[in-house]
Amino acid sequence: MTYVHVGHDATAYAPPAEVAEVELYHPKTFIGKYIWSQDAKIIAIQYSITAIGVGLVALVLSWLMRLQLGFPNSFSFIDPSTYLQFVTMHGMIMVIYLLTALFLGGFGNYLIPLMVGARDMVFPYVNMLSYWFYLFAVLLLMASFFVPGGPTGSGWTLYPPQSILPGTPGATWGIILMLISLAVFIVGFTMGGLNYVVTVLQARTRGMTLMRLPLTVWGIFMASILALLAFPALFVSAIMMLFDLLLGTSFFMPGIVSMGKQLDYGGGSPVLFQHLFWFFGHPEVYIVALPAFGIVSDLLSTHARRPIFGYRMMVWSIVIIGGLSFVVWAHHMYVSGMNPYFGFFFATTTLIIAVPTALKVYNWVLTLWRGNIRLNVPMLFAIGFIFTFIHGGLTGIFLGNVSVSVPLSDTMFVVAHFHMVMAIAPIMVVMGSIYHWYPKITGRMLNVTMGKFHFWVTFLGSYAIYLPMHYIGFLGVPRRYYAMGNTYFVPESVQTLNAAITVATLIVGVVQIVFLYNLVWSYFKGKPSGDNPWEATTLEWQTADTPPKHGNFGPELPVVYRWAYDYSVPGADKDFIPQNQPPGPTAASVAPT
Amino acid sequence: MTTTLLFLAVIMAVVIWWLVRQTLNVKPWVEQRPWVGDRGGEGLSLPPVMVGLGVFLAVATSLFALSISAYFMRRDGADWRPLAQPMVLWFNTAALVLGSVFFQTACNAAKSGRVGGVRLGLLAGGVCTLVFLAGQLWAWQHLNTAGHFLTANPANAFFYMLTALHGLHLLGGLWVWAKTTIKLQRGAAVHEVRLSVELCTVYWHFLLVVWLVLFGLLLLT
Amino acid sequence: MTIAIVLVLLIVGTVAFHFLSPWWFTPIASNWTSIDDTISLTFWVTGFVFVAVNLFMAYCVLRYRHRAGGRAHYEPENKKMEWWLIGLTTVGIVAMLAPGLVVWANFVRVPENAAVFEVIGQQWHWSYRFPGKDGVMGTVNSRFISDANPFGMNPDDPNGKDDVLIASQEVHLPIGKPVKVLLRSKDVLHNFTVPQFRVKMDLVPGMVPHIWFTPTRTGKFDILCQELCGIAHFAMRGKVVVEEEGTFQAWLSGYPTFAQSSAQVAGNAVIGKPLYAVCGACHGVQGEGNAALHAPKLSGQDDWYLKQQLKYYKQGIRGTHDKDVFGKMMAPMAATLVDDAAIANVVAYIKTLPDQAARATLKKSAANVQNRYVTTCGICHGADGQGIRAMNAPRLAGMSDWYLLTQLKNFKQRIRGAHPDDQYGDQMSLMAATLTDEAANDIVAYIISLNRADKESAKRRF
Repeated sequence: MTYVHVGHDATAYAPPAEVAEVELYHPKTFIGKYIWSQDAKIIAIQYSITAIGVGLVALVLSWLMRLQLGFPNSFSFIDPSTYLQFVTMHGMIMVIYLLTALFLGGFGNYLIPLMVGARDMVFPYVNMLSYWFYLFAVLLLMASFFVPGGPTGSGWTLYPPQSILPGTPGATWGIILMLISLAVFIVGFTMGGLNYVVTVLQARTRGMTLMRLPLTVWGIFMASILALLAFPALFVSAIMMLFDLLLGTSFFMPGIVSMGKQLDYGGGSPVLFQHLFWFFGHPEVYIVALPAFGIVSDLLSTHARRPIFGYRMMVWSIVIIGGLSFVVWAHHMYVSGMNPYFGFFFATTTLIIAVPTALKVYNWVLTLWRGNIRLNVPMLFAIGFIFTFIHGGLTGIFLGNVSVSVPLSDTMFVVAHFHMVMAIAPIMVVMGSIYHWYPKITGRMLNVTMGKFHFWVTFLGSYAIYLPMHYIGFLGVPRRYYAMGNTYFVPESVQTLNAAITVATLIVGVVQIVFLYNLVWSYFKGKPSGDNPWEATTLEWQTADTPPKHGNFGPELPVVYRWAYDYSVPGADKDFIPQNQPPGPTAASVAPT
Repeated sequence: MTTTLLFLAVIMAVVIWWLVRQTLNVKPWVEQRPWVGDRGGEGLSLPPVMVGLGVFLAVATSLFALSISAYFMRRDGADWRPLAQPMVLWFNTAALVLGSVFFQTACNAAKSGRVGGVRLGLLAGGVCTLVFLAGQLWAWQHLNTAGHFLTANPANAFFYMLTALHGLHLLGGLWVWAKTTIKLQRGAAVHEVRLSVELCTVYWHFLLVVWLVLFGLLLLT
Repeated sequence: MTIAIVLVLLIVGTVAFHFLSPWWFTPIASNWTSIDDTISLTFWVTGFVFVAVNLFMAYCVLRYRHRAGGRAHYEPENKKMEWWLIGLTTVGIVAMLAPGLVVWANFVRVPENAAVFEVIGQQWHWSYRFPGKDGVMGTVNSRFISDANPFGMNPDDPNGKDDVLIASQEVHLPIGKPVKVLLRSKDVLHNFTVPQFRVKMDLVPGMVPHIWFTPTRTGKFDILCQELCGIAHFAMRGKVVVEEEGTFQAWLSGYPTFAQSSAQVAGNAVIGKPLYAVCGACHGVQGEGNAALHAPKLSGQDDWYLKQQLKYYKQGIRGTHDKDVFGKMMAPMAATLVDDAAIANVVAYIKTLPDQAARATLKKSAANVQNRYVTTCGICHGADGQGIRAMNAPRLAGMSDWYLLTQLKNFKQRIRGAHPDDQYGDQMSLMAATLTDEAANDIVAYIISLNRADKESAKRRF
């Protein structure tokens, strides 16, 4: 299909009536502007800094875990109890307090109003509150390091009965703080989610139809809907577990003997908790993945100077993946003792969800095909995402297929799979998008040499960490094991492999300092970027000022005339046409021939 | 989990239907026909805060649907005994129904600009709600002293948990009610509080439906 | 340019790693080869996709990189291509899912002729139960679980009387016979996994899930717990021995039935007294121990533990390591007790000896080790160090501190506990290995300081 330039008379478009503006709060003081800020851009930075800060804590915890696995018993303070506490806190912080908060609270707050052409979110006061609830939740969680018994060591999955019984670290204060922190987080994220969803629905500027939205917005929008509907499951199970622990109810607690004592519980079902938890837990991974999918589509398109391939299918696959994500949860429970007949249903739905996901992968690569690819740092990270996501997604097929999953369940294969697909791939997107949007946020470019070094070490190092780990899992080495000890079947070489993985982990971890340094250094010394250094089409690059001021777009909101992907339009003089550029004799509009 | 899955199926059906309407036969890279007049389909013709309430109601429905799913799943346990129902629950239900009725009258009054009607409706609605909440606490008290503790059987545990969740949502609504009532007291005009009154009314009707479902559940199982 | 080359190298490297890797599934020992076959098939399909898509991406990155004057091709969509890709992907997915579901259907349908046995999990040990001659498993309930009835057998159920109770970490199975494994937990979630059998399942308290398999080769295999069950999750290890039917039956007959274990006769202290004379020469007339002779205090120690250690010495399970100088002396001593009755009697006598706390020889450390003790040792041995029978953990407080320290060192260096028939040796070795020498010293000093005046009230009783 070829496209030709069709001229349009500009007068065919009547100037649209002004869209009702979001009521903005105009702060006067420093505290009003930067602390109790209701400006989504400031809130975004608050979320991002808090999320990255607590993420660095979790990163250090992962080093400690890897030190024990790679060089056992080298550090006397890493004993079986503290090891489990590190495992748990690392997991919970990374999944919820870093990735979810960063993608929705950080990227969502910054990009949604700008990309839809709004001055701010629709409920700025509630948006501000959402950040402070998040911060409070983070502080509650960090406090669990300092209470008697320390943080919970039940794994991020918090399974009862063990999570609230002696024998597991932190089975009193630790788990209480964890559950309350999660409840506070969920309330905060409901407030944020309301903003993200309603802003996309109601505050789009004139001409910005749903199908003209960039995929970044679609990804974050769908993820927010998932979060709003799925988090209540975690909330309800947290309440029920607190009741069991503090009030002696038996929602999840059957009749048991603990440490030789008969306990006063009975009739409850641990599997009930798992159903509720994973009903939340599976959509949660898509809450992390969908924004990454959307953002990487825009990174690829912008830096390959080509429309994202198959935009409509991309939108549909985001929606279908979101919908299907609610009916696959029990693939986390194949060996849980649940009714085995459920295995047929969930294996089928899980493998079905692979189809729209695969389509997205094909479309990403097809965007590069016949493109005009600038191999700058954001593009490198986008390519790194595709490579690692393909690997992680394919190993997911092993785990989704119920009978194949059984020997691999609870082994290091699972750990390798979810790190590849949920940690490395989305982090490639996080880093790529920071290199991409940093010029808009600060007005300066990040240093390219440091960026490329950061990319190569992170990409290659992360792959070196997780590729071999799959094979440790094939052997049968379990996850959450402090030490393997002597077995008949695990060879000595696994210990050497573990040591090598640990070394890679530490190298990748340390190199992130270069990234952090770059962020700070470039703020003061980076090359000034101008308004649109990447020559991108989306609205955030068309603001009146860089960085955008309060109100985003100056006295008049933009009017949108085209979709977000007019790159390399035939007949146009430049290889991109901003969304708010009106049609005219030189601007192209296209019709298929 | 059937309850929750049904609810989700409904939501997804709505989302897909709406999306199909927006996107079928639309090729976003092709120039749209020029449009004149008002908004070319950029959103629902409702004030954002009403849309926000709608989304929040979806979240709350998810919460209650999940609790109900958990209730059914737990009911399979060997130790299930049906709940002993204090009679006061019937009285409480009546109070909540009345509360919804009064909120509706306040809402109608607000639409026709009658400030007296709004004041009265709000006050009566709030009082009925407070009576409901007091009655719920009384029911808790009653069950406890009659020996039906929280831990005695799972139906009790669910009763306390479900009524607590529902009551907390009502308390949240009362916060908005209080702000609106005070604003009126301070002499605000009807049109300034109209949206708040409408929102409260929708919310109260929602919580009434939730209560009727929960009450029915506790009665019938 | 570089990225394209690196991508190709990564693709080649990944495939090479896969084929050259020595780390692969451990050779199968059960009938579930169909699982291995499905995994193979999955590798072929996903491997093809991995190579094809990534190679294509590397090609695109190379061929379509930015060149002066170049322009990208404007193509918003290509419906035909996308539907083809969806179709091909669906075919691939079905190719993997269909066999997977067929295998699962086999998993769900337990063969009619499968023999039944039960695996019981607790924090952090395994035990097993066979149905006995009547072929029917007796009913159980967690309410019946006590020190005297650790399997929770229903005393009123006649079917349970002949159930064979295996209070050991090791279970044997006959080769070639399908077996249905009932999984029962006393306390928290666990998971029964033998990698060589391929199938696994959680143990869920309040339910009895099951798996089935047919062992197809003889050998000794590790049982690993694979559902995080607390601090010693990694140390919850068992063993499965697959052997010929005859050998299996011989092994099974060596274990008591429920009826037999309930009828065990208590030892007689009067008969035991003269038997003790040999012991008292080193361990002291009052059983108070003698540090110079390297004989620890015996009085006040749990009788079940003393019995177990005497049996281990008799059978050469303990005290045969080259470096276990003092353990080696115990074998001839233990041999003077001719049978189980003699052991029971001498232990009964030891129980009558006065229990005064052993004199501390280690210096108490200033470090605050209470937390460390509780999380490493106290969970099994009791926060007060009095031992917990249900956890198979003997008393520590009030015993000889130099002896405790030596045993920790011996476990760590596998001088003690390495014998394959030592049921708790592996676990104690793993736990002892988590302590540095200094930490071990501090912890033993802490244990000795624990108050034994509360011994009688603190001891677990049923």
